[in-house]
Amino acid sequence: MLSYVLRRLLYAVPIVLGVIAITFLLFNVLQTPQAAATLVLGPKASQQARAEWIKNRGLDKPKSEQFVKHVKNMATFNFGTSWKSGRELNEVFRTGVGPSLMITIPGFLAGLIGGVGLALYQVFVRNSLLDRSITLWAVALMSVPTVVYIIFLQAIGALMLNYFPASGFDWRGLETLKFVALPIIIMAVVNLGSDVRLYRTIFMEEITQDYVRTALAKGLSSGHVLGVHVFKNGLIALITLTVGSLPALITGSLLIENFFGIPGLGNVLVLAIGTGDQPVVMASVYLGSLLYIASLILTDICYALADPRIRLS
Amino acid sequence: MEALFTHWLTQNLLVLAGFSLIAWMLWSASHHERWRRAWLRFRSDRGGIIALVVVGIYLILGALEVLSFPTKSGGTRTVLDLFVGGVPAEKSYSAPLATRLLSEAKPDPVKATHLLGTDALGKDVFVETLKACKTALIIGGLTAAIYIPLGTLFGILAGYFRRRVDDLIQYVYTTLASIPTILLLVAIILVLGKGLGTMSFALGLTAWVGLCRLIRGETLRQAERPYITAARALGQSHWNIITRHILPNVLHLVVINFVLGFSGIVLAESVLSYLGVGTPVGTPSWGNMIDSGRSELSRDPMVWWNLVSATVALFGLVLSLNLVGDSLRRAFDPKRG
Repeated sequence: MLSYVLRRLLYAVPIVLGVIAITFLLFNVLQTPQAAATLVLGPKASQQARAEWIKNRGLDKPKSEQFVKHVKNMATFNFGTSWKSGRELNEVFRTGVGPSLMITIPGFLAGLIGGVGLALYQVFVRNSLLDRSITLWAVALMSVPTVVYIIFLQAIGALMLNYFPASGFDWRGLETLKFVALPIIIMAVVNLGSDVRLYRTIFMEEITQDYVRTALAKGLSSGHVLGVHVFKNGLIALITLTVGSLPALITGSLLIENFFGIPGLGNVLVLAIGTGDQPVVMASVYLGSLLYIASLILTDICYALADPRIRLS
Repeated sequence: MEALFTHWLTQNLLVLAGFSLIAWMLWSASHHERWRRAWLRFRSDRGGIIALVVVGIYLILGALEVLSFPTKSGGTRTVLDLFVGGVPAEKSYSAPLATRLLSEAKPDPVKATHLLGTDALGKDVFVETLKACKTALIIGGLTAAIYIPLGTLFGILAGYFRRRVDDLIQYVYTTLASIPTILLLVAIILVLGKGLGTMSFALGLTAWVGLCRLIRGETLRQAERPYITAARALGQSHWNIITRHILPNVLHLVVINFVLGFSGIVLAESVLSYLGVGTPVGTPSWGNMIDSGRSELSRDPMVWWNLVSATVALFGLVLSLNLVGDSLRRAFDPKRG
């Protein structure tokens, strides 16, 4: 097991290097230092101020030298400071993780439970009118843009009914719940459509297996077969699909955090995008990719743990 | 170059070329056994047919907004303007079918009745919604023109030649796929500048990965089949095997991926517009209309018609595309559908 993980980590090195190279190519080669300076200092800044700004950040050095330094910084997680606020990026990310996780984890779990429940129910009533109409509803749900979900649910839940605050965040014990409740609901609903369809396909494939016929033949109720046997076996495919989508959760909450003024990673990123704060965007791309690669390795390990037939060698 | 591309004659020719391409593809598909059988199955799928008709209506709407002719005053008008161009602009918001503008003290009477009201600049929302159809189709079309050839070519190359070629292509797409899509999109657009062209380029650069993976897998399967071995034994060149045998057998997957991918692109436009890196301000687009809707909902009195009409129009296109994609999948692979 250990040697497998080590080997996978070694394979990841060239991919991480590739990611760093792509971001470097985008921001430091295709984008001229002058353009970056104008973006941050504004179009009115003097030529001298711009030149000084570029010199202070070492953007006038040869590209190869910059690249080596950049790789070194990324590898040691030394992300430097924000161009806009001047804050340490490690500090920015550390304070942002908490609020982000407060939304993404409950939202993800709620969506998962709801999606799996609905999909299992669909398999229970498979090929009936109800099954088909749930599928149609799922397609309809996934055809609504995320932005509309957010705007619409905020307008109803916060502006019209006044159940929740329209935006904001605060660590105040149970009071925090009020701020995150609506974002969590949105998080759970946004992907429900595509998830239900996916899970249904997984469970429908399980139901054709021989063990299902055996279980039914020995007299188990179809509810029991679905809830225990099919569910457990479908879980293996489910793990591969959901663990891989975990890092997307962090960026998935990008819009939600920004909309509700929650000071999480997604919000930091949206602000950085708007102001041309390049170190923040570069570090986020890098961290996002690391998380993705890590989750792929984690998927394979979970896979092996869930299914004893799979050997990691 | 820019002037040539935006000239009305070039645009008309492009629309003509687009529709001829669709007609040619349908014609050649009708001579193919597998496609004919799929069509027979598709035809009996009522939902799929309705969705296909709706997609067709959107296509025609977009084409009407591109097709244009010169006017006597020296400018150009689009064909769509002939139908809806006569609606006068107001000064500001007015509610659907309202007789007066939406303002506090002394609301002026409107110049004409607006089916879906007017927006902040006084433009008719119904007309704007129709015009935005063109923007969505252009973004989707441009993106597809980039990612479909890229994904199909690299997918087939990786699956057919394997070894080094496969390793290299897999490395490139694994690296691209490990960057969260939305971040990569934003980064590319930030660096290359905002605009329909760069947005489509960025979307194309991220979208080919999924198609490439799909086509690679299918090519790997097809290449194992006896008919490929037979073709090789007969001394056919790699080029012939790829274009005559492999490509026709993976093409239906490309079409299904294109239809479903198109809906994803239309949805992505709304997210990018929200983040401020989408369609430039001034170009009518559903994403921009939805984006402006978020501040309009908290106004008093509430302005909801802008958001609702853009959402309904976008929803109609995306839903129909998703349904057509599903029906196509069922038609080509009835066992799994």
